[in-house]
Amino acid sequence: MDRTGTRMGTPITMRRAPRVERLMFQYDFMQNAFAAGTIVAIVSGLVGYFLVMRGQAFAGHALAHVGFTGATGAVLVGMSPLWGMVLMTMAAGMGMGALGERIAYRDVAIGIVLAVALGFGLLFLHFFTSYATQATALLFGNVLAVDVSTVWTLAGLGLVSLAALAVISRPLIFASLQPELAEAKGVFIRLYSILFLAIVALTTAECAQIVGVLLVFTLMVGPAAAAQALTSRLGDGLLLAALFALVETWSGITLAYYTDWPSSFWITSLSAAIYLLAAAYRSYAGRVEQRQRTSAGAEAL
Amino acid sequence: MNAIEFRDVTLRLGGRSILSGVSLDIGTDEFIGMLGPNGAGKTSFMRAVLGLLPASYGEIFVLGHRARRGNPAIGYVPQLRSNVGTVRLSGLDFVGGVVNGHRLGLPMLGKAARSEVDRVLELVGARELARRPLSETSGGERQRLLIAQALIGQPQMLLLDEPLSNLDPRHQQGVVELVKSLQTELGITVLLSSHELNPLLGVLDRVLYLGGGHAALGRVDEVITGPTLSRLYGSEIEVIHVNGRIFIVSEGHEMEHGPHRHADGHAHHNAASAAG
Repeated sequence: MDRTGTRMGTPITMRRAPRVERLMFQYDFMQNAFAAGTIVAIVSGLVGYFLVMRGQAFAGHALAHVGFTGATGAVLVGMSPLWGMVLMTMAAGMGMGALGERIAYRDVAIGIVLAVALGFGLLFLHFFTSYATQATALLFGNVLAVDVSTVWTLAGLGLVSLAALAVISRPLIFASLQPELAEAKGVFIRLYSILFLAIVALTTAECAQIVGVLLVFTLMVGPAAAAQALTSRLGDGLLLAALFALVETWSGITLAYYTDWPSSFWITSLSAAIYLLAAAYRSYAGRVEQRQRTSAGAEAL
Repeated sequence: MNAIEFRDVTLRLGGRSILSGVSLDIGTDEFIGMLGPNGAGKTSFMRAVLGLLPASYGEIFVLGHRARRGNPAIGYVPQLRSNVGTVRLSGLDFVGGVVNGHRLGLPMLGKAARSEVDRVLELVGARELARRPLSETSGGERQRLLIAQALIGQPQMLLLDEPLSNLDPRHQQGVVELVKSLQTELGITVLLSSHELNPLLGVLDRVLYLGGGHAALGRVDEVITGPTLSRLYGSEIEVIHVNGRIFIVSEGHEMEHGPHRHADGHAHHNAASAAG
């Protein structure tokens, strides 16, 4: 196979890099992959931080699955899968937000929606001819097959997500940390819940282009959770989450280039590794702080 | 001008009547302890004052104006949510997140906002502990940070919903003393709901007892009496004084738990907050 990735329909692995000596970035598809990866990593890291802070990680996961239905449905009617995904996740996200805490935090309800969404996605695929490749690309992502026009679309969507997040971030934080107090101070909790899940929906649709619908957790939740284990400051946490997502994506794509293994495999592995290291550090630092506090307490007595 | 005025107020929640025909006046600078059995409407009373639960009949005035949502004159400490303990965010960000929190924009704190955060942390003596993540604070420390949050924006009235639940007697005393000192220092009205009367006995100006859809407001020796409480509960209630403590007993069972019951009181408190 030559090294010009086409959109959907390319297998997600490539042949081993030929020994001819072209640098990684001399290939257009690698440039596209890095550009798309960079945009998606920054957006996922930042939005994911809020998602984890609000304890809605599972809702984000479900939205990605709903996106699968949207993408396969779109292909069936001749639309681009990305836009099908965007429309479907946005509708589901805003619906979830509007139903409020009753649904957005209910594991069982979300789990059922998630399963039904995948089921419909499967049905749509059943009617579509080029079944397996399409399905694998949607489910597990294929960043090496991203073309220039998709990069531009991702840049536009990313900009919209981040701009919207920036505008609502202050009341969103207030509503996330202290909903009752925020409500008493005149913040419309429900409105921010809807707006935030719409942003999450947009982000999962973008994220799915890189790692696929099944693995959006890896870029949205992994980096944010690792960041929260390392710092308890809001600003630092946001920066770290975006940074981790970037490092994971860049390294994942590079490793995929050199090993010929799927990039999504590398990104998920790196995400898990960084999270585990961060969690180990947290438990170590927690014990040290505990000891310091106990000894300080003993001195005070 | 009164801090809180209820004129023949009826409150309903989900079709159920919570308070009916209640009229009362709470003066500025008063420290009111709100007591009553589970489901008597303590939280609803506060939500009505905050303008979040409209009266289905009657009128509510707060500091001379009709109760309205988003009133900056009221600071509110809601019941502690279980998820607060899982947030790995520093107390500083937790309190700072409230400054101008109702306005759109990035959560960057300007100079004035930072000094406001400093002021409230100083007031509750939490400057040091605010550097720690919330998930690594004790119940009493967390309560301090919640009170600091409520003081953002210099409210003239503080509503505290069950701030003593899940605390051991020593920390309960700490919170009560803190609220009392804030009340005198800042000259604000305090309405604090509690399951227990005894930790509040030294600081209360008056007690507001809710029960059976009615309310009784008055000094402790006026309200916490057998006849008054029997009327509110609609059953025979006895009030027993022992060593400066007060125990409320119904048919031989103590109705509010005294401090001695605290060690095993967790399950009960959780049930109570779910109902409230």
